[in-house]
Amino acid sequence: MSPREIFALRDHLGAELKGRTISDAHDVVSLTDVLSHTVLGGRLCELAGRAVLLKLSDQLRSGLAMIELDGIARRMLLCPPDLNPAHLDSLIADAGIDAVVTDEPDRWVRTGVPLVVTAHLPLHATTPATSERATEWLMLTSGTSGVPKIAGHMLKALTGAIVAEGPTRGPAPVWATFYDIRRYGGLQIFLRAILSGGSMVLSDPHEALGDHVARLNARGVSHISGTPSHWRKLLMSGAAAQFAPAYVRLSGEIADQAVLDGLKAAFPNASVGHAYASTEAGVGFAVNDGLEGFPANYLGSRNGVEMKVVDGSLRIRSARTAHAYVGRNAAALTDADGFVDSGDIVELRGDRYYFVGRRGGIINIGGLKVHPEEIEAVINRHPDVRMSRAKSRRSPITGGIVVADVILTEGTDPARAKEIRDQILDQCRARLASHKVPAVIRFVEALDVTPAGKLARTDA
Amino acid sequence: MSVRSKVIEAIQQIAKEQHVALPALSDDLSLHETGFDSLAFAILVARLEDEIGVDPFTISEDAAFPATVGDFVRAYENVPA
Repeated sequence: MSPREIFALRDHLGAELKGRTISDAHDVVSLTDVLSHTVLGGRLCELAGRAVLLKLSDQLRSGLAMIELDGIARRMLLCPPDLNPAHLDSLIADAGIDAVVTDEPDRWVRTGVPLVVTAHLPLHATTPATSERATEWLMLTSGTSGVPKIAGHMLKALTGAIVAEGPTRGPAPVWATFYDIRRYGGLQIFLRAILSGGSMVLSDPHEALGDHVARLNARGVSHISGTPSHWRKLLMSGAAAQFAPAYVRLSGEIADQAVLDGLKAAFPNASVGHAYASTEAGVGFAVNDGLEGFPANYLGSRNGVEMKVVDGSLRIRSARTAHAYVGRNAAALTDADGFVDSGDIVELRGDRYYFVGRRGGIINIGGLKVHPEEIEAVINRHPDVRMSRAKSRRSPITGGIVVADVILTEGTDPARAKEIRDQILDQCRARLASHKVPAVIRFVEALDVTPAGKLARTDA
Repeated sequence: MSVRSKVIEAIQQIAKEQHVALPALSDDLSLHETGFDSLAFAILVARLEDEIGVDPFTISEDAAFPATVGDFVRAYENVPA
Protein backbone atom coordinates (compact mmCIF):
# COMPACT_ATOMS: atom_id res chain seq x y z
CA MET A 1 0.00 0.00 0.00
CA SER A 2 1.41 3.37 -0.89
CA PRO A 3 1.46 5.96 1.90
CA ARG A 4 -1.05 8.08 -0.04
CA GLU A 5 -3.74 5.47 0.62
CA ILE A 6 -3.13 5.37 4.36
CA PHE A 7 -5.86 7.01 6.37
CA ALA A 8 -4.98 6.95 10.04
CA LEU A 9 -6.65 8.54 13.04
CA ARG A 10 -4.59 11.75 12.63
CA ASP A 11 -5.98 12.15 9.15
CA HIS A 12 -9.47 12.58 10.65
CA LEU A 13 -8.21 15.44 12.81
CA GLY A 14 -7.40 18.88 11.57
CA ALA A 15 -7.06 22.40 12.87
CA GLU A 16 -10.10 23.65 10.94
CA LEU A 17 -12.68 22.62 13.57
CA LYS A 18 -12.25 24.86 16.59
CA GLY A 19 -13.00 24.16 20.22
CA ARG A 20 -12.72 20.35 20.09
CA THR A 21 -11.53 18.75 23.31
CA ILE A 22 -10.93 15.43 24.99
CA SER A 23 -11.18 15.52 28.75
CA ASP A 24 -11.25 13.42 31.88
CA ALA A 25 -11.94 14.34 35.50
CA HIS A 26 -8.60 16.16 35.80
CA ASP A 27 -7.50 17.53 32.42
CA VAL A 28 -8.89 19.07 29.25
CA VAL A 29 -6.83 18.68 26.08
CA SER A 30 -7.55 20.45 22.80
CA LEU A 31 -8.22 18.10 19.90
CA THR A 32 -8.10 21.02 17.48
CA ASP A 33 -4.31 21.36 17.62
CA VAL A 34 -3.49 17.90 18.98
CA LEU A 35 -1.54 17.01 15.82
CA SER A 36 1.16 19.56 16.63
CA HIS A 37 1.56 18.18 20.15
CA THR A 38 2.92 14.97 21.64
CA VAL A 39 2.05 12.91 24.71
CA LEU A 40 5.08 10.69 23.99
CA GLY A 41 7.72 13.30 24.78
CA GLY A 42 8.47 13.64 21.06
CA ARG A 43 9.66 10.00 20.83
CA LEU A 44 7.05 8.86 18.29
CA CYS A 45 9.71 8.24 15.61
CA GLU A 46 11.36 5.61 17.85
CA LEU A 47 8.08 3.67 17.87
CA ALA A 48 7.71 3.56 14.08
CA GLY A 49 7.16 0.03 12.81
CA ARG A 50 7.09 -1.44 16.32
CA ALA A 51 4.57 -3.63 18.14
CA VAL A 52 3.61 -1.33 21.00
CA LEU A 53 1.94 -2.24 24.28
CA LEU A 54 -0.21 0.64 25.50
CA LYS A 55 -0.15 0.22 29.26
CA LEU A 56 -1.29 3.43 30.90
CA SER A 57 -3.15 4.11 34.11
CA ASP A 58 -5.60 6.55 32.53
CA GLN A 59 -7.76 6.81 29.44
CA LEU A 60 -6.79 10.36 28.47
CA ARG A 61 -3.12 9.60 27.82
CA SER A 62 -4.17 6.29 26.23
CA GLY A 63 -6.44 8.07 23.75
CA LEU A 64 -3.80 10.68 22.94
CA ALA A 65 -1.19 7.94 22.43
CA MET A 66 -3.58 6.06 20.09
CA ILE A 67 -3.94 9.21 17.97
CA GLU A 68 -0.16 9.53 17.72
CA LEU A 69 0.67 5.86 17.21
CA ASP A 70 -1.98 5.00 14.62
CA GLY A 71 -0.34 5.06 11.20
CA ILE A 72 3.17 4.93 12.72
CA ALA A 73 3.41 1.78 14.89
CA ARG A 74 3.07 -1.65 13.24
CA ARG A 75 0.57 -2.70 15.85
CA MET A 76 -0.67 -1.46 19.21
CA LEU A 77 -2.14 -3.58 21.99
CA LEU A 78 -4.65 -1.71 24.18
CA CYS A 79 -4.58 -2.82 27.81
CA PRO A 80 -7.83 -2.23 29.70
CA PRO A 81 -7.43 -1.10 33.33
CA ASP A 82 -8.58 -4.38 34.85
CA LEU A 83 -6.07 -6.52 32.96
CA ASN A 84 -4.66 -9.16 35.28
CA PRO A 85 -0.89 -8.37 35.50
CA ALA A 86 -0.22 -12.13 35.60
CA HIS A 87 -1.34 -12.32 31.95
CA LEU A 88 1.03 -9.61 30.67
CA ASP A 89 4.00 -11.85 29.83
CA SER A 90 1.85 -14.18 27.82
CA LEU A 91 0.19 -11.29 25.93
CA ILE A 92 3.55 -9.64 25.24
CA ALA A 93 4.85 -12.88 23.74
CA ASP A 94 1.67 -13.52 21.74
CA ALA A 95 1.62 -10.03 20.24
CA GLY A 96 5.40 -9.91 19.64
CA ILE A 97 5.57 -6.69 21.67
CA ASP A 98 8.90 -4.81 21.33
CA ALA A 99 7.97 -1.47 22.89
CA VAL A 100 5.78 -0.19 25.69
CA VAL A 101 4.14 3.18 26.23
CA THR A 102 3.60 3.63 29.94
CA ASP A 103 3.32 6.17 32.75
CA GLU A 104 5.22 3.86 35.09
CA PRO A 105 8.58 3.43 33.31
CA ASP A 106 10.27 2.09 36.47
CA ARG A 107 8.13 -1.04 36.28
CA TRP A 108 9.52 -1.86 32.84
CA VAL A 109 13.21 -1.84 33.70
CA ARG A 110 14.68 -5.34 33.25
CA THR A 111 11.46 -6.76 31.75
CA GLY A 112 13.10 -7.53 28.42
CA VAL A 113 10.92 -5.09 26.46
CA PRO A 114 13.61 -3.24 24.46
CA LEU A 115 11.96 0.18 24.25
CA VAL A 116 10.08 1.99 27.01
CA VAL A 117 8.47 5.35 26.23
CA THR A 118 6.86 7.45 28.94
CA ALA A 119 3.57 9.18 28.21
CA HIS A 120 2.99 12.40 30.08
CA LEU A 121 0.83 15.45 30.34
CA PRO A 122 0.85 18.32 29.63
CA LEU A 123 1.54 17.81 25.94
CA HIS A 124 4.71 19.17 24.33
CA ALA A 125 4.76 20.97 21.00
CA THR A 126 6.09 18.87 18.14
CA THR A 127 6.16 18.68 14.36
CA PRO A 128 3.05 16.88 13.07
CA ALA A 129 3.82 13.33 11.90
CA THR A 130 2.73 11.78 8.60
CA SER A 131 0.92 8.42 8.52
CA GLU A 132 3.22 5.72 7.18
CA ARG A 133 1.31 2.49 7.43
CA ALA A 134 -2.01 0.91 8.41
CA THR A 135 -1.51 0.05 12.08
CA GLU A 136 -3.03 -3.13 13.45
CA TRP A 137 -5.15 -2.49 16.56
CA LEU A 138 -5.02 -5.33 19.08
CA MET A 139 -7.89 -5.50 21.55
CA LEU A 140 -8.46 -7.90 24.42
CA THR A 141 -11.69 -9.83 24.73
CA SER A 142 -13.61 -9.16 27.92
CA GLY A 143 -14.54 -12.80 28.40
CA THR A 144 -14.26 -14.98 31.44
CA SER A 145 -11.23 -16.06 33.45
CA GLY A 146 -7.95 -17.13 31.89
CA VAL A 147 -5.72 -15.17 29.54
CA PRO A 148 -7.90 -12.91 27.36
CA LYS A 149 -7.80 -13.47 23.62
CA ILE A 150 -6.25 -10.84 21.36
CA ALA A 151 -8.46 -9.73 18.48
CA GLY A 152 -6.74 -7.91 15.60
CA HIS A 153 -8.55 -5.01 13.92
CA MET A 154 -7.70 -2.43 11.29
CA LEU A 155 -8.93 1.16 11.65
CA LYS A 156 -11.07 0.73 8.52
CA ALA A 157 -12.91 -2.17 10.20
CA LEU A 158 -13.20 -0.36 13.53
CA THR A 159 -14.72 2.70 11.88
CA GLY A 160 -16.85 0.86 9.29
CA ALA A 161 -20.15 1.36 11.11
CA ILE A 162 -19.38 5.01 11.90
CA VAL A 163 -18.55 5.84 8.27
CA ALA A 164 -21.65 3.92 7.06
CA GLU A 165 -23.94 5.95 9.33
CA GLY A 166 -22.57 9.17 7.91
CA PRO A 167 -22.12 12.46 9.76
CA THR A 168 -24.47 13.38 12.57
CA ARG A 169 -26.90 16.15 11.81
CA GLY A 170 -26.75 19.43 13.67
CA PRO A 171 -23.87 20.68 15.80
CA ALA A 172 -20.82 18.44 16.34
CA PRO A 173 -21.68 16.01 19.13
CA VAL A 174 -19.98 15.87 22.50
CA TRP A 175 -19.60 12.16 23.14
CA ALA A 176 -19.24 10.37 26.44
CA THR A 177 -19.29 6.76 27.51
CA PHE A 178 -19.36 4.88 30.77
CA TYR A 179 -17.03 2.38 29.12
CA ASP A 180 -13.26 2.52 29.15
CA ILE A 181 -12.05 3.46 25.66
CA ARG A 182 -9.52 0.61 25.75
CA ARG A 183 -12.43 -1.82 25.36
CA TYR A 184 -14.31 -2.29 22.10
CA GLY A 185 -17.51 -0.53 23.23
CA GLY A 186 -15.61 2.49 24.54
CA LEU A 187 -13.21 2.63 21.61
CA GLN A 188 -16.19 2.87 19.26
CA ILE A 189 -17.29 6.03 21.06
CA PHE A 190 -13.78 7.52 21.09
CA LEU A 191 -13.57 6.91 17.33
CA ARG A 192 -17.02 8.40 16.82
CA ALA A 193 -15.94 11.55 18.63
CA ILE A 194 -12.86 11.87 16.43
CA LEU A 195 -14.57 11.08 13.11
CA SER A 196 -17.61 13.24 13.86
CA GLY A 197 -15.58 16.39 14.43
CA GLY A 198 -16.82 16.49 18.01
CA SER A 199 -15.44 16.26 21.53
CA MET A 200 -15.05 13.42 24.02
CA VAL A 201 -15.60 13.25 27.78
CA LEU A 202 -13.93 10.23 29.40
CA SER A 203 -15.14 8.30 32.42
CA ASP A 204 -13.16 7.86 35.62
CA PRO A 205 -13.57 4.71 37.70
CA HIS A 206 -12.78 6.59 40.91
CA GLU A 207 -15.42 9.26 40.43
CA ALA A 208 -18.82 9.08 42.16
CA LEU A 209 -21.72 8.77 39.72
CA GLY A 210 -23.24 12.09 40.76
CA ASP A 211 -19.92 13.90 40.15
CA HIS A 212 -19.57 12.12 36.81
CA VAL A 213 -23.02 13.28 35.69
CA ALA A 214 -22.25 16.83 36.86
CA ARG A 215 -19.12 16.74 34.71
CA LEU A 216 -21.06 15.37 31.72
CA ASN A 217 -23.42 18.32 32.08
CA ALA A 218 -20.67 20.87 32.54
CA ARG A 219 -18.97 19.69 29.33
CA GLY A 220 -22.24 19.71 27.37
CA VAL A 221 -22.37 16.00 26.58
CA SER A 222 -25.01 15.33 23.91
CA HIS A 223 -24.33 11.69 22.96
CA ILE A 224 -23.58 8.97 25.49
CA SER A 225 -23.25 5.21 25.58
CA GLY A 226 -23.00 2.47 28.18
CA THR A 227 -24.07 -1.05 29.00
CA PRO A 228 -27.59 -1.72 30.32
CA SER A 229 -25.92 -2.28 33.73
CA HIS A 230 -24.27 1.15 33.55
CA TRP A 231 -27.61 2.71 32.69
CA ARG A 232 -29.53 0.87 35.41
CA LYS A 233 -27.00 2.15 37.93
CA LEU A 234 -27.51 5.69 36.66
CA LEU A 235 -31.30 5.35 36.83
CA MET A 236 -31.01 4.01 40.40
CA SER A 237 -28.73 6.82 41.52
CA GLY A 238 -31.28 9.57 40.92
CA ALA A 239 -28.51 11.55 39.15
CA ALA A 240 -30.25 11.16 35.79
CA ALA A 241 -32.67 13.96 36.69
CA GLN A 242 -30.04 16.64 36.07
CA PHE A 243 -28.95 15.26 32.71
CA ALA A 244 -30.55 15.71 29.28
CA PRO A 245 -28.57 14.06 26.48
CA ALA A 246 -29.91 14.02 22.91
CA TYR A 247 -28.81 10.45 22.18
CA VAL A 248 -28.57 7.54 24.58
CA ARG A 249 -26.97 4.31 23.38
CA LEU A 250 -26.83 0.87 24.98
CA SER A 251 -24.54 -1.99 24.00
CA GLY A 252 -22.47 -4.80 25.46
CA GLU A 253 -25.33 -6.61 27.20
CA ILE A 254 -28.92 -7.46 26.34
CA ALA A 255 -31.02 -4.29 26.35
CA ASP A 256 -34.34 -5.52 27.70
CA GLN A 257 -37.61 -3.64 27.34
CA ALA A 258 -37.52 -2.50 30.96
CA VAL A 259 -34.23 -0.62 30.64
CA LEU A 260 -35.24 0.86 27.27
CA ASP A 261 -38.53 2.09 28.75
CA GLY A 262 -36.73 3.33 31.87
CA LEU A 263 -34.34 5.43 29.78
CA LYS A 264 -37.12 6.78 27.60
CA ALA A 265 -38.98 7.88 30.74
CA ALA A 266 -35.85 9.42 32.28
CA PHE A 267 -34.79 11.19 29.06
CA PRO A 268 -38.05 11.98 27.25
CA ASN A 269 -36.34 14.20 24.67
CA ALA A 270 -33.54 11.77 23.80
CA SER A 271 -33.33 9.15 21.08
CA VAL A 272 -32.67 5.85 22.80
CA GLY A 273 -31.01 3.14 20.71
CA HIS A 274 -29.30 -0.15 21.38
CA ALA A 275 -26.43 -1.46 19.33
CA TYR A 276 -25.11 -4.95 18.84
CA ALA A 277 -21.34 -5.22 18.77
CA SER A 278 -18.53 -7.34 20.11
CA THR A 279 -14.73 -7.22 20.12
CA GLU A 280 -14.63 -10.06 17.59
CA ALA A 281 -17.74 -9.45 15.46
CA GLY A 282 -17.42 -5.67 15.33
CA VAL A 283 -20.52 -3.50 15.10
CA GLY A 284 -23.42 -5.57 13.77
CA PHE A 285 -26.36 -3.20 13.85
CA ALA A 286 -28.23 -0.55 15.79
CA VAL A 287 -31.90 -0.70 16.77
CA ASN A 288 -33.67 2.62 17.13
CA ASP A 289 -37.38 1.72 17.33
CA GLY A 290 -37.37 1.64 21.13
CA LEU A 291 -38.05 -2.09 21.29
CA GLU A 292 -35.90 -4.92 22.62
CA GLY A 293 -34.51 -7.45 20.15
CA PHE A 294 -34.28 -6.72 16.43
CA PRO A 295 -36.50 -7.14 13.36
CA ALA A 296 -36.17 -10.54 11.71
CA ASN A 297 -35.44 -8.88 8.39
CA TYR A 298 -32.06 -7.74 9.75
CA LEU A 299 -30.88 -11.26 8.88
CA GLY A 300 -29.38 -11.64 5.45
CA SER A 301 -27.32 -8.87 3.96
CA ARG A 302 -27.88 -5.33 5.16
CA ASN A 303 -25.66 -2.22 5.24
CA GLY A 304 -22.55 -4.27 4.52
CA VAL A 305 -23.22 -6.78 7.31
CA GLU A 306 -24.38 -10.34 6.69
CA MET A 307 -26.10 -12.14 9.55
CA LYS A 308 -27.52 -15.62 9.98
CA VAL A 309 -28.61 -17.80 12.88
CA VAL A 310 -27.08 -21.27 13.14
CA ASP A 311 -27.84 -23.60 16.07
CA GLY A 312 -29.51 -20.66 17.80
CA SER A 313 -26.51 -18.35 17.78
CA LEU A 314 -26.03 -15.18 15.76
CA ARG A 315 -23.28 -15.36 13.11
CA ILE A 316 -21.86 -12.26 11.48
CA ARG A 317 -19.73 -11.66 8.40
CA SER A 318 -18.68 -8.15 7.46
CA ALA A 319 -15.69 -5.93 6.80
CA ARG A 320 -16.12 -4.64 10.37
CA THR A 321 -15.18 -7.82 12.21
CA ALA A 322 -11.76 -8.43 13.67
CA HIS A 323 -9.54 -10.04 11.04
CA ALA A 324 -7.93 -12.66 13.30
CA TYR A 325 -7.09 -13.77 16.79
CA VAL A 326 -3.42 -13.00 17.36
CA GLY A 327 -1.06 -15.26 19.26
CA ARG A 328 1.07 -18.36 19.34
CA ASN A 329 -1.88 -20.74 19.67
CA ALA A 330 -4.59 -18.48 18.28
CA ALA A 331 -7.80 -20.20 17.22
CA ALA A 332 -9.57 -19.33 14.00
CA LEU A 333 -11.76 -16.26 14.42
CA THR A 334 -14.23 -17.17 11.69
CA ASP A 335 -15.62 -20.33 10.17
CA ALA A 336 -14.60 -21.42 6.69
CA ASP A 337 -17.12 -19.01 5.17
CA GLY A 338 -15.81 -16.02 7.10
CA PHE A 339 -18.63 -15.81 9.67
CA VAL A 340 -17.86 -14.97 13.31
CA ASP A 341 -19.94 -17.03 15.75
CA SER A 342 -20.99 -14.43 18.33
CA GLY A 343 -22.02 -17.02 20.94
CA ASP A 344 -25.12 -14.88 21.53
CA ILE A 345 -28.25 -17.01 21.48
CA VAL A 346 -31.33 -15.52 19.81
CA GLU A 347 -34.91 -16.70 19.59
CA LEU A 348 -37.48 -15.81 16.92
CA ARG A 349 -40.86 -14.70 18.32
CA GLY A 350 -43.22 -13.30 15.71
CA ASP A 351 -41.29 -11.09 13.33
CA ARG A 352 -38.53 -10.23 15.77
CA TYR A 353 -35.45 -11.90 17.18
CA TYR A 354 -34.77 -11.62 20.90
CA PHE A 355 -31.47 -12.18 22.67
CA VAL A 356 -31.85 -14.87 25.30
CA GLY A 357 -28.30 -15.16 26.60
CA ARG A 358 -24.73 -16.26 26.02
CA ARG A 359 -24.00 -19.81 24.92
CA GLY A 360 -21.27 -19.95 27.59
CA GLY A 361 -23.57 -18.51 30.28
CA ILE A 362 -26.05 -21.36 30.44
CA ILE A 363 -26.85 -22.63 33.93
CA ASN A 364 -27.94 -26.19 34.48
CA ILE A 365 -31.20 -26.68 36.35
CA GLY A 366 -32.00 -30.32 36.98
CA GLY A 367 -30.45 -31.26 33.65
CA LEU A 368 -32.25 -28.49 31.76
CA LYS A 369 -30.39 -25.60 30.18
CA VAL A 370 -31.39 -22.15 31.33
CA HIS A 371 -30.20 -18.69 30.24
CA PRO A 372 -30.17 -16.42 33.31
CA GLU A 373 -30.71 -13.36 31.08
CA GLU A 374 -34.08 -14.68 29.94
CA ILE A 375 -35.27 -14.88 33.55
CA GLU A 376 -33.87 -11.45 34.40
CA ALA A 377 -35.70 -9.88 31.44
CA VAL A 378 -39.02 -11.17 32.84
CA ILE A 379 -38.24 -10.04 36.41
CA ASN A 380 -37.11 -6.61 35.16
CA ARG A 381 -40.55 -6.07 33.60
CA HIS A 382 -41.99 -5.53 37.08
CA PRO A 383 -42.41 -1.75 37.51
CA ASP A 384 -40.77 -1.77 40.95
CA VAL A 385 -37.67 -3.66 39.79
CA ARG A 386 -34.56 -1.81 38.63
CA MET A 387 -32.12 -4.65 38.10
CA SER A 388 -31.85 -8.36 38.75
CA ARG A 389 -29.52 -11.30 38.51
CA ALA A 390 -30.58 -14.93 38.15
CA LYS A 391 -28.20 -17.73 39.02
CA SER A 392 -28.19 -21.36 39.97
CA ARG A 393 -27.96 -22.66 43.50
CA ARG A 394 -27.23 -26.28 44.26
CA SER A 395 -30.14 -28.32 45.48
CA PRO A 396 -30.02 -31.73 47.17
CA ILE A 397 -33.25 -32.60 45.35
CA THR A 398 -32.82 -31.50 41.73
CA GLY A 399 -29.12 -30.72 41.59
CA GLY A 400 -29.81 -27.06 40.93
CA ILE A 401 -32.53 -24.44 41.21
CA VAL A 402 -32.86 -20.87 39.98
CA VAL A 403 -32.55 -18.10 42.53
CA ALA A 404 -32.69 -14.38 41.82
CA ASP A 405 -31.25 -11.30 43.45
CA VAL A 406 -33.39 -8.25 42.80
CA ILE A 407 -32.83 -4.52 43.27
CA LEU A 408 -36.03 -2.55 43.71
CA THR A 409 -36.42 0.96 42.33
CA GLU A 410 -35.35 3.78 44.59
CA GLY A 411 -37.99 4.72 47.15
CA THR A 412 -39.91 1.44 47.12
CA ASP A 413 -41.64 0.88 50.48
CA PRO A 414 -39.92 -2.12 52.14
CA ALA A 415 -43.30 -3.16 53.56
CA ARG A 416 -44.36 -4.07 50.01
CA ALA A 417 -41.56 -6.63 49.60
CA LYS A 418 -43.78 -9.68 50.03
CA GLU A 419 -46.42 -8.34 47.67
CA ILE A 420 -43.78 -7.50 45.04
CA ARG A 421 -42.16 -10.92 45.43
CA ASP A 422 -45.50 -12.62 44.79
CA GLN A 423 -46.14 -10.42 41.75
CA ILE A 424 -42.69 -11.17 40.31
CA LEU A 425 -43.27 -14.90 40.80
CA ASP A 426 -46.71 -14.67 39.15
CA GLN A 427 -45.11 -12.82 36.24
CA CYS A 428 -42.39 -15.47 35.94
CA ARG A 429 -44.89 -18.35 36.09
CA ALA A 430 -46.95 -16.73 33.33
CA ARG A 431 -43.98 -16.29 30.99
CA LEU A 432 -41.43 -18.98 31.84
CA ALA A 433 -41.28 -22.76 32.03
CA SER A 434 -41.63 -23.93 35.64
CA HIS A 435 -37.97 -24.89 36.09
CA LYS A 436 -36.96 -21.33 35.11
CA VAL A 437 -39.14 -19.67 37.75
CA PRO A 438 -36.91 -18.55 40.64
CA ALA A 439 -37.33 -20.74 43.73
CA VAL A 440 -36.09 -17.94 45.93
CA ILE A 441 -36.11 -14.18 45.36
CA ARG A 442 -33.82 -12.09 47.51
CA PHE A 443 -33.98 -8.30 47.59
CA VAL A 444 -30.51 -6.76 47.59
CA GLU A 445 -29.08 -3.23 47.69
CA ALA A 446 -26.49 -3.73 44.93
CA LEU A 447 -25.28 -6.18 42.32
CA ASP A 448 -21.68 -6.48 41.18
CA VAL A 449 -20.83 -5.04 37.78
CA THR A 450 -17.50 -5.99 36.15
CA PRO A 451 -14.96 -3.33 35.13
CA ALA A 452 -16.22 -3.91 31.57
CA GLY A 453 -19.66 -2.71 32.69
CA LYS A 454 -21.40 -6.06 32.61
CA LEU A 455 -23.36 -7.75 35.35
CA ALA A 456 -20.92 -10.05 37.17
CA ARG A 457 -21.83 -13.71 36.64
CA THR A 458 -19.27 -15.54 38.71
CA ASP A 459 -21.08 -18.86 38.62
CA ALA A 460 -21.81 -18.74 34.89
CA MET B 1 -42.39 -19.10 65.31
CA SER B 2 -41.50 -22.75 65.86
CA VAL B 3 -39.52 -24.70 63.28
CA ARG B 4 -42.59 -26.85 62.70
CA SER B 5 -44.84 -23.90 61.89
CA LYS B 6 -42.19 -22.37 59.61
CA VAL B 7 -41.98 -25.63 57.66
CA ILE B 8 -45.76 -26.00 57.42
CA GLU B 9 -46.20 -22.38 56.36
CA ALA B 10 -43.55 -22.76 53.62
CA ILE B 11 -45.27 -25.92 52.34
CA GLN B 12 -48.59 -24.11 52.18
CA GLN B 13 -47.09 -21.07 50.45
CA ILE B 14 -45.41 -23.17 47.75
CA ALA B 15 -48.57 -25.26 47.25
CA LYS B 16 -50.44 -22.01 46.61
CA GLU B 17 -47.79 -20.76 44.16
CA GLN B 18 -47.57 -24.09 42.33
CA HIS B 19 -51.34 -24.60 42.28
CA VAL B 20 -51.03 -27.85 44.19
CA ALA B 21 -54.19 -29.00 46.00
CA LEU B 22 -52.66 -29.92 49.32
CA PRO B 23 -54.37 -32.59 51.44
CA ALA B 24 -54.66 -31.97 55.20
CA LEU B 25 -51.10 -32.05 56.54
CA SER B 26 -50.54 -34.70 59.19
CA ASP B 27 -47.32 -36.22 60.43
CA ASP B 28 -47.98 -39.57 58.82
CA LEU B 29 -48.97 -38.15 55.40
CA SER B 30 -46.41 -39.47 52.92
CA LEU B 31 -44.54 -36.73 51.07
CA HIS B 32 -45.60 -38.37 47.83
CA GLU B 33 -49.25 -37.69 48.75
CA THR B 34 -48.65 -33.96 49.18
CA GLY B 35 -48.77 -33.60 45.41
CA PHE B 36 -45.33 -31.89 45.43
CA ASP B 37 -42.99 -32.75 42.57
CA SER B 38 -39.21 -32.66 42.90
CA LEU B 39 -39.07 -29.01 41.80
CA ALA B 40 -41.55 -28.04 44.53
CA PHE B 41 -39.44 -29.90 47.12
CA ALA B 42 -36.30 -28.23 45.80
CA ILE B 43 -37.97 -24.83 46.24
CA LEU B 44 -39.12 -25.80 49.74
CA VAL B 45 -35.65 -26.91 50.85
CA ALA B 46 -34.02 -23.75 49.42
CA ARG B 47 -36.49 -21.41 51.11
CA LEU B 48 -36.23 -23.22 54.44
CA GLU B 49 -32.45 -22.98 54.22
CA ASP B 50 -32.79 -19.19 53.92
CA GLU B 51 -35.46 -19.01 56.64
CA ILE B 52 -34.07 -21.43 59.21
CA GLY B 53 -30.43 -21.33 58.17
CA VAL B 54 -29.91 -25.05 57.57
CA ASP B 55 -30.32 -27.60 54.82
CA PRO B 56 -30.45 -30.93 56.70
CA PHE B 57 -30.28 -32.90 53.45
CA THR B 58 -26.95 -31.47 52.36
CA ILE B 59 -25.26 -31.30 55.78
CA SER B 60 -25.22 -35.05 56.21
CA GLU B 61 -23.88 -37.11 53.35
CA ASP B 62 -25.93 -40.16 54.23
CA ALA B 63 -29.17 -38.45 55.25
CA ALA B 64 -32.01 -40.30 53.63
CA PHE B 65 -34.72 -38.06 52.25
CA PRO B 66 -37.71 -38.36 54.60
CA ALA B 67 -40.77 -40.38 53.67
CA THR B 68 -43.48 -38.49 55.58
CA VAL B 69 -44.33 -34.92 56.51
CA GLY B 70 -43.47 -35.75 60.13
CA ASP B 71 -40.01 -37.05 59.12
CA PHE B 72 -39.47 -33.95 57.03
CA VAL B 73 -40.33 -31.58 59.89
CA ARG B 74 -38.16 -33.56 62.33
CA ALA B 75 -35.21 -33.33 59.95
CA TYR B 76 -35.29 -29.56 60.55
CA GLU B 77 -36.13 -29.81 64.27
CA ASN B 78 -33.23 -32.17 64.94
CA VAL B 79 -30.53 -30.01 63.38
CA PRO B 80 -28.62 -28.12 66.07
CA ALA B 81 -29.21 -24.42 65.41
